[in-house]
Amino acid sequence: MSNRVAIVGIGETEVGKVPGKTPLGFHAEASKLAIEDAGLTKDDIDGVITTYSAQEPYPMHSVIFSEYIGIQPTYTETVPLGGASPAIAVKHALAAIATGVCNNMLIACGDSRLSGLGREQAVARHASIGHPQFEYPYGSPLPGLYALIAQRHMYEYGTTSEQLAAIAVTCRKHASMNPNAHMRQPITIKDVLDSRIIASPLHLLDCCLISDGGGAIVLTSAERARNLRKKPVYLLGAGEHHLQEYITWSHSFTTSGAKVSGQRAFAMAGIEPKDIDVAELYDCFTITVLVELEDLGFCKKGEGGSFVEKTDLTYKGELPLNTHGGMLSHCHAGSVGGLFQIIEAVRQLRGEAEERQVENAKLACVHNQGGIISAHCTLILGGE
Amino acid sequence: MAQYLKPIPVPNADTLPFWEGCKQHKLLIQRCKACGHHQFYPRHVCTNCMSLEPEFVPSTGRGEIYTFIVVHRAPTKVFEPEIPYVVAVIQLDEGVRMMSNIVDCPIDAVKIGMRVEVFFDDVSDSIALPRFKLMTMD
Repeated sequence: MSNRVAIVGIGETEVGKVPGKTPLGFHAEASKLAIEDAGLTKDDIDGVITTYSAQEPYPMHSVIFSEYIGIQPTYTETVPLGGASPAIAVKHALAAIATGVCNNMLIACGDSRLSGLGREQAVARHASIGHPQFEYPYGSPLPGLYALIAQRHMYEYGTTSEQLAAIAVTCRKHASMNPNAHMRQPITIKDVLDSRIIASPLHLLDCCLISDGGGAIVLTSAERARNLRKKPVYLLGAGEHHLQEYITWSHSFTTSGAKVSGQRAFAMAGIEPKDIDVAELYDCFTITVLVELEDLGFCKKGEGGSFVEKTDLTYKGELPLNTHGGMLSHCHAGSVGGLFQIIEAVRQLRGEAEERQVENAKLACVHNQGGIISAHCTLILGGE
Repeated sequence: MAQYLKPIPVPNADTLPFWEGCKQHKLLIQRCKACGHHQFYPRHVCTNCMSLEPEFVPSTGRGEIYTFIVVHRAPTKVFEPEIPYVVAVIQLDEGVRMMSNIVDCPIDAVKIGMRVEVFFDDVSDSIALPRFKLMTMD
């Protein structure tokens, strides 16, 4: 199936603190931008995939959204798989377009977690992701569920808080170069370690933001893509693996589903991690990036800490990471963070990343993760 | 008893026997009659062989801390009076894992690998929450 589907349009709204827009409003605005970017009109869109919104939890989300923007799709899907949803939606779009059951697919995500839901409600809602009977009653906030992973990784491999902090520093550096990022003030490792501890060993600056924002992409067949407005970005590989839902029953606290989802994606694309020019790795927390670097094969298991210490992860370095700023500094509004990773990878491969352009970027790896290292999907994108 | 303000589990058809056990201060886990596999949390099927015969058996209630965190920022207001507190994943000696709190122990003294033992916190008329203390040598 490789090389038969391409991303041909991307759209991103203003992100950060953006009051006065509903979640569906964010979806709609991003969709308009993506459809125009593709050189299409909404009448060309016959497939619609959306995910979910915390602020407005509609049950049949993709159908409601289609009604909201005036599209009557012959293919639709609602994917409520947490942060993994965008990459999984792309993988499903690949199958739909390649089998001919859909021509032009729109994927949209967005939410108003900061202005609409509010920080306190967002934190409370995020905490309720744990098992209602067997985790939630014991009082871990959402970052705490990830901190369980960090604690075990430090115990098994000697990973340090400084090494985790280096990831946050890199994402913030990239956000400072991105005019449309929520948090742009550069930070140092010391700033991360001085920021308040949420749940040991994770500090505030090890954690993703709570933001508003919307994103959308349009996909079509490689054949149709040739006649559209922008340079197509091809889907070369896709893989998934889901080991568990709740962190207590995690298969391993130091290896995630990214291992097999990555293997499957790289195998389908016929390339290796060393061939990747840009990595967009799910950064809801610094620890997830570190584990993904290991599991996806950019370094050996247990060596993520020393890898981030000695590798230049900036847009000019050996492995450019989250060049838009990631969920740590660009935007986290529910599922849209993973879609912004896909959008940034497309920008890089098109040569549209402006100040933070990775020279000669040809291959990108995007990894989305949902739940608490529960759902995983890896995509390999290529400019040729 | 004083009203317990933190979240109280609501049993369902799968878990009611577990919570009834907790009320009697017994920690029950499941073992499959068909293949002997132990599992937690309770469900209708065996996760190993998919038989419909997992049965509830008593656990020794002993295990070790597999990983843990110290919470410094509560998820909701009702947890704020407890800050800082420990949330841990405990690996019971039977090989199954559960999440709980480690209490009555200096926060700085909690370490991965420590031996712990369950006790029961009666939080309402019908629910007792299993929590853990460091095991005393005996």
